[in-house]
Amino acid sequence: MSATSDYRRREESITLSSETIGQGETHELLTLNIGPHHPATHGVLRLLVTLEGEIVRDVQPIIGYVHTGIEKTCEDKAYWKVIPCVERMDYLSYYFNAMAFCGAVETLLEIEVPPRGQYLRVIHLELNRIMSHLVWLGTSALDLGAMSMFWYCFRERETILDLFEMSSGQRMHTRYIQVGGVMEDIPSGFVEKLAAFVKDMPHRADQYAALLEQNEIVLQRLRNVCPLDEQTLLGLGVTGPLLRAAGNPWDLRKAQPYSSYDHFEFKIPVGTVGDNYDRFRVRHAELYESTRIIDQALEGLPEGPHITPDRKVALPPRHELATSMEALIHHFKLVTEGFRVPEGEAYYPIESPRGELGCFVRADGSAKPARVHMRDPSFVNLQATAPMVKDAYIADLIATLAMLDPILGGIDR
Amino acid sequence: MPDATGLELIAHELRDADGDSVLGTEFAHGRAALIAEPRLVHGVLERLKARGYGFLASLHGCDYYPEEPRLGVLYELLDMHEVDRISVKARVDTGAPHIPSVVDLWPGANHPEREVYDMFGVVFDGHPDLRRILMPEDYEGFPQRRDFPIGGEPVLFTYNEENSYGKWQ
Repeated sequence: MSATSDYRRREESITLSSETIGQGETHELLTLNIGPHHPATHGVLRLLVTLEGEIVRDVQPIIGYVHTGIEKTCEDKAYWKVIPCVERMDYLSYYFNAMAFCGAVETLLEIEVPPRGQYLRVIHLELNRIMSHLVWLGTSALDLGAMSMFWYCFRERETILDLFEMSSGQRMHTRYIQVGGVMEDIPSGFVEKLAAFVKDMPHRADQYAALLEQNEIVLQRLRNVCPLDEQTLLGLGVTGPLLRAAGNPWDLRKAQPYSSYDHFEFKIPVGTVGDNYDRFRVRHAELYESTRIIDQALEGLPEGPHITPDRKVALPPRHELATSMEALIHHFKLVTEGFRVPEGEAYYPIESPRGELGCFVRADGSAKPARVHMRDPSFVNLQATAPMVKDAYIADLIATLAMLDPILGGIDR
Repeated sequence: MPDATGLELIAHELRDADGDSVLGTEFAHGRAALIAEPRLVHGVLERLKARGYGFLASLHGCDYYPEEPRLGVLYELLDMHEVDRISVKARVDTGAPHIPSVVDLWPGANHPEREVYDMFGVVFDGHPDLRRILMPEDYEGFPQRRDFPIGGEPVLFTYNEENSYGKWQ
């Protein structure tokens, strides 16, 4: 029998009808299929839920519906062409994907990023973190029935996307972070607009809190719902706000500072019991901390080049092409073949909005990577769904999934 | 990261515990890696876990084609107290790609091991539920291997499902 028909047979054998396992109407198990195209699954996530009445006894996440083989595609592209590919993995934190990949390649090339480049990276990474948390907050509140939060969050997100458009020309998948620095220096007017946003953002975050923190429905849906302790989370490999909500202050920005994060003063918000309310509070508090980092980075933005002066890696400035033969040769070489990376392997972890985002790059000495792998936090964190929602109500499953903040583009890659 | 000397010390310790478990060490770009014998990788990881590297940050595969043995499984371990990372590499043959599962040490290794199985065909012995995770369940071949071509796959419809997959040869 061929594999295909075997698969069909197993698929057809899944029964969605209720099955009585005991006496009476209260003792039956129901297998319920949620997704893959259900608005509450935050993407194309399919969940096979085993229910006993309203209570979830087991959840099996089924993924792979947006698997596009990005890691395979990357092996066929020159290093600088990989950046737009990896940005499309976790589509809400594109700066982080690019940063992890560029960081790994820079480790292999052993090049330094100039201070201004590092600060500009920090500014954009933290803007991206706020943007990602705003999308999470808006859509999660929507799942809990708070419609208006969605509009408020997306209003601020719009400002951030405008800033991205100013600095890079794109609103999403900006390709701003390059190997060796950033694509371009920030344009005139950017600093003023960003300063206005930084001034405005804490006030807006206060407003979100005022809308949700005293909302009886939100509190009932979140408080003491689906907690998971720190040790279980660590065993499952969970990082990011989910781990911090359980009281473990693990944050790579503090623990292993990269890209000048040690220059800034900020706090790591942590929770106490690790329930949905703590998860919500930790991410909400991160909005303030990220704003503080941007403020400090803007204040202390150093002068100097925004990208490494190494012409073997970074494109020469446009104006040099008309006068310098050398620059023209380098430009031609970089655009056609790209730069070669010496043999080696690197794993570069950074703190993405969802946890540890690590990029593994293996170089074989050619102009294309031999292997690019993203350790995406959503992929690992998704495993915590079943232990979190076991023996909880099905309505809490939806709330917990929202607080888990999985991005299916990152899970499936 | 342990420095080059620290890495050798760890390798010595592991060799004292089990003579054949560590085949070599690599230190480059500040990254410390232990090359482990695939059959004994579980013991190596268990000892490293007891030594403080208690968090499995990442588990991924890599195809070293045309080098032999081709398939590599890489474990990125993290010591959260000392803020220290070490990676463990185990290379297996495409002929008998078997390696012990570490799901009993870290339940979080479940999805990553399934992904490595899905993409490279490495079989994790002792894994509770070793199925494909990202590719369709009835997919044939291991797409992340270096000799697997890119693209050219027909779109699957009901009328051609019987002769669609696995026809790239």
